[in-house]
Amino acid sequence: MTKSLGIIKSIKPRIREVRLSLHLLGRNRLTRLSLGVVILLILTALVSPFIVPHPEHIEKETNPVDKLQPPSGKYFFGTDELGRDIFSRVIYGTRISLKTALVAVGLALIIGIPLGAIAGATGGLVDEVIMRITDIFLSFPPLLLAIAIAAFLGPSLENAMLAIAVSWWPWYTRLIRGQAVSIKERQFVKAARAIGTPPIRIIFGHIVPNCIAPVIVQASMDIGGVILTIASLSFLGLGAQSPTPEWGLMVSTSRNYFLNAWWYSIFPGLAIFITVLVFNLLGDGLREILDPRTRKI
Amino acid sequence: MPKNILEVKDLKKYFPIRSGFFSKPVAWVKAVDGVSFEMQQGEVLGLVGESGCGKTTLVNVLLKLEEPTSGKVFFDGLDLFNMDKKDLRRIRKHLQIVFQDPFWSLNPRLLIRDIVGEPIKVHTELGGEELVKRVGNLLEMVGLPRDGVYMYPHEFSGGERQRIAIARALALSPKLVVLDEPTSSIDILSQAQILELLKELKKSLGLTYILISHDLSVVSHMADRIAVMYLGKMVEYGPAEQVFSQAAHPYTQALFAAIPTLDTEGIDSIATIEGNVPSAINPPSGCRFHTRCPMAKDICSQKEPAMVRLGGGHTAACHFINQK
Amino acid sequence: MSGYFEIENLNVGFKTFEGEKNVLDIDSLVLDKGETFGIVGESGAGKTVLALTILRLLSTPPAVIRSGSINFNGENLLQKTEKEMRRIRGRKISMIFQDPMSTLNPVFTVGEQIVRVFMNNKKLSRKEAAKEALSMIDMVKLPDAGNIMGKYPHELSGGQRQRIVIAIALSCGAEFLIADEPTRNLDVTIQAGILKLVAELQRELGVTVLFIANNLGLVSVICNRVAILHEGRIIETGKAREVLRGSRHPYTHTLLNAVPGGSVERVLPGVLMPGGEKGTSGEGCRYYSRCPERQDICRARVPDPGEISGTHTVACHRAFKGGEAGAKEYSGS
Repeated sequence: MTKSLGIIKSIKPRIREVRLSLHLLGRNRLTRLSLGVVILLILTALVSPFIVPHPEHIEKETNPVDKLQPPSGKYFFGTDELGRDIFSRVIYGTRISLKTALVAVGLALIIGIPLGAIAGATGGLVDEVIMRITDIFLSFPPLLLAIAIAAFLGPSLENAMLAIAVSWWPWYTRLIRGQAVSIKERQFVKAARAIGTPPIRIIFGHIVPNCIAPVIVQASMDIGGVILTIASLSFLGLGAQSPTPEWGLMVSTSRNYFLNAWWYSIFPGLAIFITVLVFNLLGDGLREILDPRTRKI
Repeated sequence: MPKNILEVKDLKKYFPIRSGFFSKPVAWVKAVDGVSFEMQQGEVLGLVGESGCGKTTLVNVLLKLEEPTSGKVFFDGLDLFNMDKKDLRRIRKHLQIVFQDPFWSLNPRLLIRDIVGEPIKVHTELGGEELVKRVGNLLEMVGLPRDGVYMYPHEFSGGERQRIAIARALALSPKLVVLDEPTSSIDILSQAQILELLKELKKSLGLTYILISHDLSVVSHMADRIAVMYLGKMVEYGPAEQVFSQAAHPYTQALFAAIPTLDTEGIDSIATIEGNVPSAINPPSGCRFHTRCPMAKDICSQKEPAMVRLGGGHTAACHFINQK
Repeated sequence: MSGYFEIENLNVGFKTFEGEKNVLDIDSLVLDKGETFGIVGESGAGKTVLALTILRLLSTPPAVIRSGSINFNGENLLQKTEKEMRRIRGRKISMIFQDPMSTLNPVFTVGEQIVRVFMNNKKLSRKEAAKEALSMIDMVKLPDAGNIMGKYPHELSGGQRQRIVIAIALSCGAEFLIADEPTRNLDVTIQAGILKLVAELQRELGVTVLFIANNLGLVSVICNRVAILHEGRIIETGKAREVLRGSRHPYTHTLLNAVPGGSVERVLPGVLMPGGEKGTSGEGCRYYSRCPERQDICRARVPDPGEISGTHTVACHRAFKGGEAGAKEYSGS
């Protein structure tokens, strides 16, 4: 009983922090809008299999009778060359894009954060080794590296995710490392050392939580970038494979019909555009509020 | 006779200056250059000097946050520079520090429970409700409400944060607490309160302090003994009353003259020391203070003055002091 | 009658997460030309807000200037447009901040930074500006001005940096200087140098200085008159000597007691422990919860400032009762 009370008490200040953050987020109209759209996108992704008007068009079934129909009351965004409802496929695509982007960024973070934190906090030879490896990865343009890895692993959505994670983590490592180098000079880290706190605890208990803000900002912006990269890979035939309703793949296939069926490429393209935009805006907004010193008021 | 809790013998800390990446050092910053002193249990040593005089480096070395270049430090009879990691960690319990800047000495992402509780978690098995209770007690001891346990550092003022830092330092009932400029970045009312608190805690817990400050008037409230440092060297050392009433070294005198107090009549009655602290890379020859000293003569730049005994444990390093 | 610098009924609030807070509530503050006036208070008392309000540098929102006027040379600063203010800042009113490192641009040499001020504001050629800059560095008593000109801010010591900041502040001929805790975080020896410099410049150039600090001892050394600010209100004002020796407000007593003295024997009188709710604005005296001499009336009514002498004003109910609190003189050191 008393124990659960303690847990509640320790959650309360965190709720206060979250409320303050939301309050600050809400102050900027653009951030408020992007946050709203992101939440809408996530909700859409969660419920998309149940709300789309033509769930049968998502994977297997085709409907040649209605092929390449313009937008209408029955097919809001028209149909593609196999007569599938583009609206249903675009909505369902949210799920695919968000999921792959989150997994890819998450993987990159899982690799990147500990490596960067250890490099920055330890310094010396460990730092040199980790950062030189990072430099090797960073010396390739990320899209090119992702294409190479995806091509090597074989074309599939899972491999595309992996390829993106592998080409993305060095950016987080470098970001975290830079932060960690400055954070480790802070007095609270010195204080922890004076107390006798073991190094691993200093890194993950003190340094990482204080370096994480810019990484969260970067990651939320990268979600947009990753969605774009997945779309690019799919467009090149290295990512999602037909009939998966992935936006990039849809744009890719639509090229052949662009002259007579504008809706085919416009709607998936618009979906990519909006998603990337709102994640970037959200990242901008987060940057403003995540610094504990500037958010007092 | 009470035993010495701390003995520092000819402690030196030089930082190398390298010109290339892997190259050999081209010069040395002599941050601490041969400092010796002793402290007895329950006493307060005031360590005074301008920034750059090496007092913070001295403390970092004492706490083994940095490796010394040479010299010895005995804490409670144990050689601090000659012990394995396990022993060192045990010793850390008894050797604590309160830093200058209360804004960066507390991890902004942690609850006070976790900040003050950290040393307890690291060194004991205590956890859960017990830990919260301990932290609450500590907060009360430093004059903060128990509810503070579940708050973040930014919800407190500068003076209150410094109290939290003190609570953390006292969490494991240390023997020696180093106070590194504990009041120099908070305002004067909080300063008075913190000094008062430190005094009370010392009395009730039998603590030993090393109090570091650039302000002699701050030290005056607490110290039993005062050590004045200039450019890595100790220039004057002695019982507080004697140093205050008969400051022997011109540098100590200058430090006193610079403090504006309520008795100071107008701007002309405070004095400054001309010039800046010279670089510790190539410190001035002879007496290191001679470049700024109003009494400097030829001998000062040629010969380094030895510590002169003035009686009663009061010593100072200046050529113009008559030995008693 | 209109003075040189006059603040009247100034009320500034802050919009925060939890609602609006009153941060500054000044009935009247008058400065004469050429004097050094000290504002003393704890952090959070509104000292910096006052400075920024005068220069109109306060970001609104979150701050709201609710009412009042700031008359400077007969013109109300609060009614100036941003464009007009830009011409006043630097040329008429200048400010030096607490932290000289963040005031100076780290990527330019200090010489370059002073030269630019001259080039931009006085439209001088680079050569003329450099000459002016040299004389400014001489003016703030930095030896070897030519050498200093070529240094970057991080190559200078804290005291030298603050001198450069003062040089920049005065380079456009400002006649009114706001110094916001210019010696905070500086060593006492450096502090003494900066204080002397401010006093000398004030004497030589005849500038008016508004000196903000938290240490009454420090302010009393260089100021003719002082005002004690407590939670946005001036609770006592008068000549430095009057406030120091004949203070009538319990809060001023506390501040005086907090100034570290020079002798070992001096014991700090029990300065109050923190506690009591802060910032309970509205009814009553704001010092009520921490005041050792509080009465019922203090809670019920805000004390109005009353005159002790022609120059000395105190806002405290007890100051005029002739009671124990009233006549108590400060007996320190």
